[in-house]
Amino acid sequence: MNLHELVSNLVIDTKGSADGGMSFTADSSVGAFMPELVLCLTILLMLFVRVFNFGRFIDAFYIAFLGAGISFFVSILGTDGALTDPSTVSRMEIFTGMLVYDKFSVFIRAILLLFLVLFTVFTKLSGIPDKEDGPDIYSLVFGSTIGLCLMASSNHLLMIFMAVEMASVPSYVMAGMLKGRREASEAALKYAVYGAGAAGVMLYGISLVAGILGTVHLPTMTAQLAANAATFSGGESMVLGLGGLMIMVGLAFKLSAFPFHFWCPDVFEGASAEVNAFLSVASKAAALALLVRVAIGFGVEVPEGVKPGERTAMLAQANVGESDKELLATTGANGVAGDEGHPHEAGEEHAGGHPHGLDGDAAHGHDDDHAHGSVGSAGLSNVRWFAAKLIALLAILSCTFGNLAAYGQTNVKRLLAYSTIAHAGYMMMAVPPMLIAADLGFPNMAENALGSLSVYISIYMFMNLGAFAIIAFLRNAMRTEEIADYAGLIRRCPCIVVCFTLIMFSLIGMPPLAGFIGKFAIFASIAEVYGSSAGTDNPATFLLIMLVLGGANTALSLFYYLRIVKVMTIDPEPEGRESVGFNDVSWQGAFVIAITLPTAFLIVSWGWLHDWAMAAAEHLFS
Amino acid sequence: MFDSPLILLSLVVFLPAIGALVVACLPSDKDDLLRGVTLAFTFLVLVAAVLGFLMSGSSSFDPAVGTMQNAFNVEWIPSFDIYYMLGMDGISFPLVMLTAVVSILAMGASWSIKKHVKAYCILFLLLETGMLGVFLALDFFLFYVFWEVMLLPMYFLIGVWGGERREYAAIKFFLYTLVGSVLMLIAILMLYFNSDVREVAKVSNINGTPNASVVWNDLKMAPSAEARVGRVTTKSGALALSLKSLDSHEPLNVAFVGGDGDTKASYDGVSNTVSIEIIFGTTASDVLAAVNSDPQSAAVLYASLPAGSDGTGSVGVGDLNGSLSAEDEASGSYLVEVSKDGTVIALAVSDQPVHSFNILAMTAMGQKTEVFSPQLQWWAFVLLFIGFAIKVPSIPLHTWLPDAHVQAPTPISMILAGVLLKMGGYGIIRICYPICPHGGYDLMYVVCGIGVASMVYGAFAALAQTDFKRMVAYSSVSHMGYVVLGLGVWSATKELAYDSSFWNMGVQGAMFQMIGHGISSAGMFFMVGVVYDRVHHRNLNEFGALFAKMPVYTALAIGLFFAGLGLPGLCGFIGEVFVVLSVFAFSIPLAVISAAVVILTAAYILWAIQRVYLGADYKGPHEEALVPATTRENLIAGTLFVLAILFGVFPHFFVLNYMEKTIGNQVESLADWTKTVKEAKPEVAAHGDENSEEHPAENGGPVPNVNEDNGPVTPEVPEVDGADARVPTGELIAGQ
Repeated sequence: MNLHELVSNLVIDTKGSADGGMSFTADSSVGAFMPELVLCLTILLMLFVRVFNFGRFIDAFYIAFLGAGISFFVSILGTDGALTDPSTVSRMEIFTGMLVYDKFSVFIRAILLLFLVLFTVFTKLSGIPDKEDGPDIYSLVFGSTIGLCLMASSNHLLMIFMAVEMASVPSYVMAGMLKGRREASEAALKYAVYGAGAAGVMLYGISLVAGILGTVHLPTMTAQLAANAATFSGGESMVLGLGGLMIMVGLAFKLSAFPFHFWCPDVFEGASAEVNAFLSVASKAAALALLVRVAIGFGVEVPEGVKPGERTAMLAQANVGESDKELLATTGANGVAGDEGHPHEAGEEHAGGHPHGLDGDAAHGHDDDHAHGSVGSAGLSNVRWFAAKLIALLAILSCTFGNLAAYGQTNVKRLLAYSTIAHAGYMMMAVPPMLIAADLGFPNMAENALGSLSVYISIYMFMNLGAFAIIAFLRNAMRTEEIADYAGLIRRCPCIVVCFTLIMFSLIGMPPLAGFIGKFAIFASIAEVYGSSAGTDNPATFLLIMLVLGGANTALSLFYYLRIVKVMTIDPEPEGRESVGFNDVSWQGAFVIAITLPTAFLIVSWGWLHDWAMAAAEHLFS
Repeated sequence: MFDSPLILLSLVVFLPAIGALVVACLPSDKDDLLRGVTLAFTFLVLVAAVLGFLMSGSSSFDPAVGTMQNAFNVEWIPSFDIYYMLGMDGISFPLVMLTAVVSILAMGASWSIKKHVKAYCILFLLLETGMLGVFLALDFFLFYVFWEVMLLPMYFLIGVWGGERREYAAIKFFLYTLVGSVLMLIAILMLYFNSDVREVAKVSNINGTPNASVVWNDLKMAPSAEARVGRVTTKSGALALSLKSLDSHEPLNVAFVGGDGDTKASYDGVSNTVSIEIIFGTTASDVLAAVNSDPQSAAVLYASLPAGSDGTGSVGVGDLNGSLSAEDEASGSYLVEVSKDGTVIALAVSDQPVHSFNILAMTAMGQKTEVFSPQLQWWAFVLLFIGFAIKVPSIPLHTWLPDAHVQAPTPISMILAGVLLKMGGYGIIRICYPICPHGGYDLMYVVCGIGVASMVYGAFAALAQTDFKRMVAYSSVSHMGYVVLGLGVWSATKELAYDSSFWNMGVQGAMFQMIGHGISSAGMFFMVGVVYDRVHHRNLNEFGALFAKMPVYTALAIGLFFAGLGLPGLCGFIGEVFVVLSVFAFSIPLAVISAAVVILTAAYILWAIQRVYLGADYKGPHEEALVPATTRENLIAGTLFVLAILFGVFPHFFVLNYMEKTIGNQVESLADWTKTVKEAKPEVAAHGDENSEEHPAENGGPVPNVNEDNGPVTPEVPEVDGADARVPTGELIAGQ
């Protein structure tokens, strides 16, 4: 493929049609990329209005809020302008395969942009950044968010690297947002040095993988692996493994997973609580999505996706097929309501030749399953098991280390930094069962595992945003971030303390709070996949170990979360405390309550969230 | 209003939570108002329970029924097969009533709480919701949620309102229970992903099989789960079928049309459609009969099958409209199998395992099917038992209890001892044994050993205490040992010819002990609290002569302590004697030890009475504060004492009457399981000498060679009769 071809392909993909002129079809790459474009425009607008005199008086918050809101809105709208129906989103490789637009990327992007909306509101209420810094900081945040969205939808190792950098570089600056504070500068420097190192290693890993496989396009890479992995010499396998490990270094850095978490406590302590909220939620969510993408890229052959411009035609065709069926089926008085399920079937047909793995009849169907699972080659299976064990190991270590290290902390931000390390571990635990399930030929279990991860991410967003919002508001009111200074706070602002308590219990994973739902879903996936592997000749015992250690970690994490709760509720107030300066009845209080409510009451009905997450994971594995 | 189980049971469970909301809206400086409203809500719970379960018509609890009553099943999280499912039987009903009563009395005792009354009341009410929920939940997930819900308020109730070392005690309590519940969660997940309702359906009477071992309707499955095992229970709605034959996806023109008439099939030549009208509760055999009775329909089904298909094709049910669509979504598609000659042979059995959190279905799976392998059951039993044993508490997991009890404020101690400990016992009897009988059978000596060890150790430890409250706390460890022992007496083995009556007696004794201990220990803690409120110390050696200063209080206290001691005529006696008697059939050494514990119990209680209430003069500080008990205090103690006497004198009328049928069913079922599943194989192998020699001798009658010809499945009537005649049943003793 020469340069000319490449450019013309890119143009065709971008417009969604091969016609001349500047017309864009409904499902062009640009249409799928619209939320990111809106973010780009917002950044430009924020910076541009400052050129004019009147523009200086416009609070950048309003532009940012509007931009984030529109972007979120666009992300949940389908290309046809109606609310996205998950069943109509089919996998589409956009911009010549650099990015992929599928249900999972739509879901994660919606989560990220929803977070961005809440985040801008939060920064307005907490007063950081102030009006002077607003345009700069919001530009950085938005730029970083674009990078995060790209991470969630990368389909190409180079794109992965670019996205990670796009997300990271603004974060380095954000960590140093509080100008003139030594800790903030230290945080920014540490973060930048660490990030640069990790990125370098990752790039090296990418080049190794590219050298062995001859491609950096993830689906092609998988196909190459499946075709050739068995014939690799020992040296080639080693280089490939090394490349994988090095890519994992870059991912672990973004995830702040053990042993690449060292930046995390320092950065969290030095940076402001607002930045912490961004790093701990958005950055982590996107990094997990990227981990899933890479894991799938290395281990699971995805069904072939459509190209931009083809999708509408395909859907139309499928609908015609469906309506034929309907005609036949609805001749009875009470016909078929042809909503759900039909596009689903169409998708199945589209996937063609892929036999459906699950036979249900456990004893009997097993051999077939296995045969299906090892479609491709034993080589791909080895890759899956290797990746699953590697990720499981990192997950367990992050979890345990984060929980143990959190014990001795006295600064609440530092403590929560270790808590986010532990939670990264819990969330990573969803990936190994996903890979193993894909290997055993249970695509629906793999979808379950991914769905549970999505559930966890959604809930985690509220928990951590709430926690850091409270920390920021209390910092404004009390000028302190030491846990000891929260003593007896319940006598001063009971409402916010109750919210903080609920969030802490939720982070432990106690029912009936929402954190339990995420943990339950992930543990359930691990148990499910272990259960189905137990009967085979190659049981995934490490999943059982991971399950038990995950459970043990839950108990382990009790102490330090509970310590914050204890200090706030049980300990007496310090002598001579002056007024706290925080009033429960305020916009800040309302924001905290609004964020806490989903945490407290999601248990009443969380089926919809699980359904959405499952829809997001649909067809990724079959 | 009380006729709908959904409303009634939800009301009983969530009334306290509503109360918590109400209390949250009241001004926080009016302490008496807050306490009064809280007391009123705890009282309302009892009123609702009494009106609903004992008075009114259709929802009242019928002691003669041994299965779940008032059960309902509402969809909650369909994608995980989680249902909002509550119900009660003879095991949970007495515990619910106990919870309601003890909550009222504990709230009455809460007038001694002076600080942060509003927060206290809110947490107290949330705690009550958690406790009631645990006893009523029949969905394992829901059970787990309630189990943990109760943990959060308890942490604060001990941690904020407790004694000097309250923070230590609170976190210790929290940590122990959390570890137990994490183990429980792992066990729950293991069981859930191995469960398969289809297997239960196979051995049930779902398709009209007579004498099936599982009565399908007793499982209270939700319609969406039923649909996946081949049963349509929705009252209206339409199904459209399309044929998915072996090698094509051609639609078959069949529609199910909802209606309230008979299940019938008809063929419409114009649209080339077979319509099958289904009614509530349609099963595969109904559809089979309906299709076959209409020759044309059968012919069309036959004609629609592709030529050359070798036996069965399957007809997939596509979309459902109206009220059925939700179920369809949850379950994918139903399948109707069509045999080659055109008859519909099965309706709608899902081709994937149908998981379930339904405790009743899991029970059936554990005992009647093989979906839970013995190994799985063993592990699940161990994990669950540890979780529950922490709560009971049994040694060596009991060390949280003395701390928590001593540090907790008096009313919370009453709740802890009176209700919370019973959750452990309830979990063992409701979940461990029925769902994992393999584990229970293999570990019966371990369980009984733990029970006896707790009794002995608790009694000795109580003897050694100088802290009055700590002594009572250790007495709880000892008394709850009887519960574990009684539940674990798996005497229905081959040696006793699968006679379940001893075990039945043991379980009844354990249940009675739970109720009795709920009364007596709540009373003892309250009595300790009354005197602690006055003199602010609990040192047993610094009391004395309280009889002279507080005569009424002392009389009631001695009565309640005697109830704890197990004096005949009071509520502690029946449970202990049942358990000890039942153990004689199981293991003589354990029985001797457990009987001997009564002496130790008498020793520490009598010694405590002597040191506190009798004697010539008071040896401790604050003698001037020893004023007679107030009316409120006497009322609470009096109520408990009256209950102790009533339960001791009329045990059958007040307690056993409600539980014996359910316990009998459960124990009988497990005994049957022991015979037909667990010990079946060795018996067949060794029938030669076993049956011909031992059985006739044991039963004292000419019993034919029992299991040789008929196989282990057929119950042998003479055998059971012989055993019954020889052994005193629980009922006989209960009537004394």
